[in-house]
Amino acid sequence: MLNPLLAQALNVELPLGDAADTGVRWVIDTFDWLFSAIRFIVGGIVDYTELALITPSPLIMTAVFAGIALVATRSWGLPVFTIVAFLLVDAMGMFAFAMQTLALVFVATVLAVIIGVPLGILAARNERVSTTIKPILDFMQTMPSFVYLLLAVFFFRIGRVPGVMSALIFAMPPAVRLTELGIRQVDAEVVEAAHAFGARPREVLTGVQLPLARASILAGINQVIMLSLSMVVIAGLGGAPGLGAEVVRAVTRMDIGMGIEGGLGVVALAIYLDRVTAAFGREGRGRRKEGPASTDEQSLSDDDADDDTPAEGGGDTSTTATTTSGATS
Amino acid sequence: MPKLRVRGLTKVFGPHPRRALELMEQGMSRSDILERTGQLLAVAEVDLDIDEGELFVVMGLSGSGKSTVIRMLNRLIEPTAGTVELDGERIDQLSPAELRSMRQRKLSMVFQHFALFPHRTVGENAAYGLKVQGIDEDEARERALHALDTVGLGDRVDAYPHELSGGMQQRVGLARGLATEADILLMDEPFSALDPLIRRDMQDLLAELQAELNRTIVFITHDLNEAMRLGDRICVLKDGRVVQVGTGAEIIDNPANQYVADFVSDVDRSRVLTAVHAMRKPRRTFSPKDSPREVLDWLDEQEFNGVYVLDSEGRVLGVARDDRLAAGLRSGATTIENLLIEDYASAQHDTLLSELAGLAAHHTVPIAVTDETGKLFGVVPRAHLLAALSNEEAEVDA
Repeated sequence: MLNPLLAQALNVELPLGDAADTGVRWVIDTFDWLFSAIRFIVGGIVDYTELALITPSPLIMTAVFAGIALVATRSWGLPVFTIVAFLLVDAMGMFAFAMQTLALVFVATVLAVIIGVPLGILAARNERVSTTIKPILDFMQTMPSFVYLLLAVFFFRIGRVPGVMSALIFAMPPAVRLTELGIRQVDAEVVEAAHAFGARPREVLTGVQLPLARASILAGINQVIMLSLSMVVIAGLGGAPGLGAEVVRAVTRMDIGMGIEGGLGVVALAIYLDRVTAAFGREGRGRRKEGPASTDEQSLSDDDADDDTPAEGGGDTSTTATTTSGATS
Repeated sequence: MPKLRVRGLTKVFGPHPRRALELMEQGMSRSDILERTGQLLAVAEVDLDIDEGELFVVMGLSGSGKSTVIRMLNRLIEPTAGTVELDGERIDQLSPAELRSMRQRKLSMVFQHFALFPHRTVGENAAYGLKVQGIDEDEARERALHALDTVGLGDRVDAYPHELSGGMQQRVGLARGLATEADILLMDEPFSALDPLIRRDMQDLLAELQAELNRTIVFITHDLNEAMRLGDRICVLKDGRVVQVGTGAEIIDNPANQYVADFVSDVDRSRVLTAVHAMRKPRRTFSPKDSPREVLDWLDEQEFNGVYVLDSEGRVLGVARDDRLAAGLRSGATTIENLLIEDYASAQHDTLLSELAGLAAHHTVPIAVTDETGKLFGVVPRAHLLAALSNEEAEVDA
């Protein structure tokens, strides 16, 4: 005995998909010049990066990678792993594909950092930007990555560029989030101190906030790299060359050996990139001089200090936001 | 003219300060305003006059608004209403650029948790204010080093803050504040994060430096003993309002209300109050030409054992004690001139009660309070001393 009206209401289907489809086609037609320009520029950058990575012999590149690992970690473990892993990739005939993938990851990461870090800085300084950006970032991160690829292929045709662009969208959120978080986590009193001595807002940012948010920002960049690697591999479906394309080919041919070879290449690249960037992110690496802390006065942890220091309650706890905005305005 | 002049300084936290201000002008309390409007009246109509070279302490408990007050002086927190004048210049009306320049030249600050830059060396931290001013690197380094020397850390320029103990870190904070040679040094509970022994050292260091440098210092604390030790004058803040301003002794001796009285009740009065606070006029003094009989009769009548004898200028010559007077009478003395003894203790008007306590025990006459020339101001009887120490009105007969 359902009310026919109610039944009808329950049956209503929002033609959201159709609308999106129409919208996308309209965007493609209207902004064709923009997409062409992006395709041209990004495509060019990727090509040159790829060229730079592929031209030297794999042995030289392996040595370079090992050198970077040595500088980053200042120990022998990672460089040895690097040499073994990349020689293995080369032996599997995957080195050139790995370099193609690396070129895509590199360009996507650079773009994500160029866009994401300033956005994070803005979000840290402006509450409204922060609240606006948050749901957008959630959306970007939770949308299945294939959908980006689909859209990117629509906008940029198949090949390298949709790979880079979908990786850019998919991988950028951590750069924004961890930059914002890092800056917000800087001790408010230290920021106040910079203001109190008359530093300009820019000096406070570059001289105090960014250096102290460095570890968090670098952790964000590490995340960006890992996410873009995963996206760039998926982009093999959309015609982006490299390890992803090899894996896709292996899947379509049901070629287990080739699939495993491509997969191992991705793993090697992933471990290498993660360890190197994580090592760079470790706070204060090699920058602080070693020296025994003085023992003639008892050193205090913050917790101890807080015990006999009742925090300013009420008005003073709610001042942080006002303080910063007041002082920076 | 005061160096720093503050009038009607008010801060309301919340999106609608105007409504809270109206209620404040009607004389409503902070809690009522919070209930009625949801706006927090952190600081209400604070007036301060701080003189050049003065160490001015703002004291209050948590939530009294003292941190907010000091931050409104350099506008780390924007005042909701009121004026702040430094040398006649309205800080509250400066543009952002003018404010920065004012902070660079005239206002520096020391923070509760030191607020050192962890990624900079001790030397770079101390030089920060100079660097911001654009002073060239060599000069900045030299001046920073000088400031570090004054706080006893000249040998740690190249260390990083985390390598130093809490007390040493705050010395760096102090050096950073001193290096710019700003007119006003704002100190926000600078020693309260330190353990008691180090705190004591730092207080001594500050007192020493201040004796030498004579800066104008606004010092925030919740510790009354610290306020009493350091402050030339003290402002007691409660619920964002000024309750009393005065020297430590004035506040202890004459608290403005019950709140202040309760607050100061457990302060060590003997280390704040001085002879003046326990002194009374001598009931009577004698001159050396007086006869022993007359003096003895008076002592008998008063049930005293001795009395001060002064010369014509009012200077203390000595004490006439009953046993000596009686002996003098028997041997036929006509004046007390040769019967005087030195059995008394003397103090200046600014001698602390803690020192008087040691003097009071051994003599038959009250302690004499004299000026530099030995002229007698008054006397401190033992009962008065005890009454002053125990916070009772000194109405005791002695």
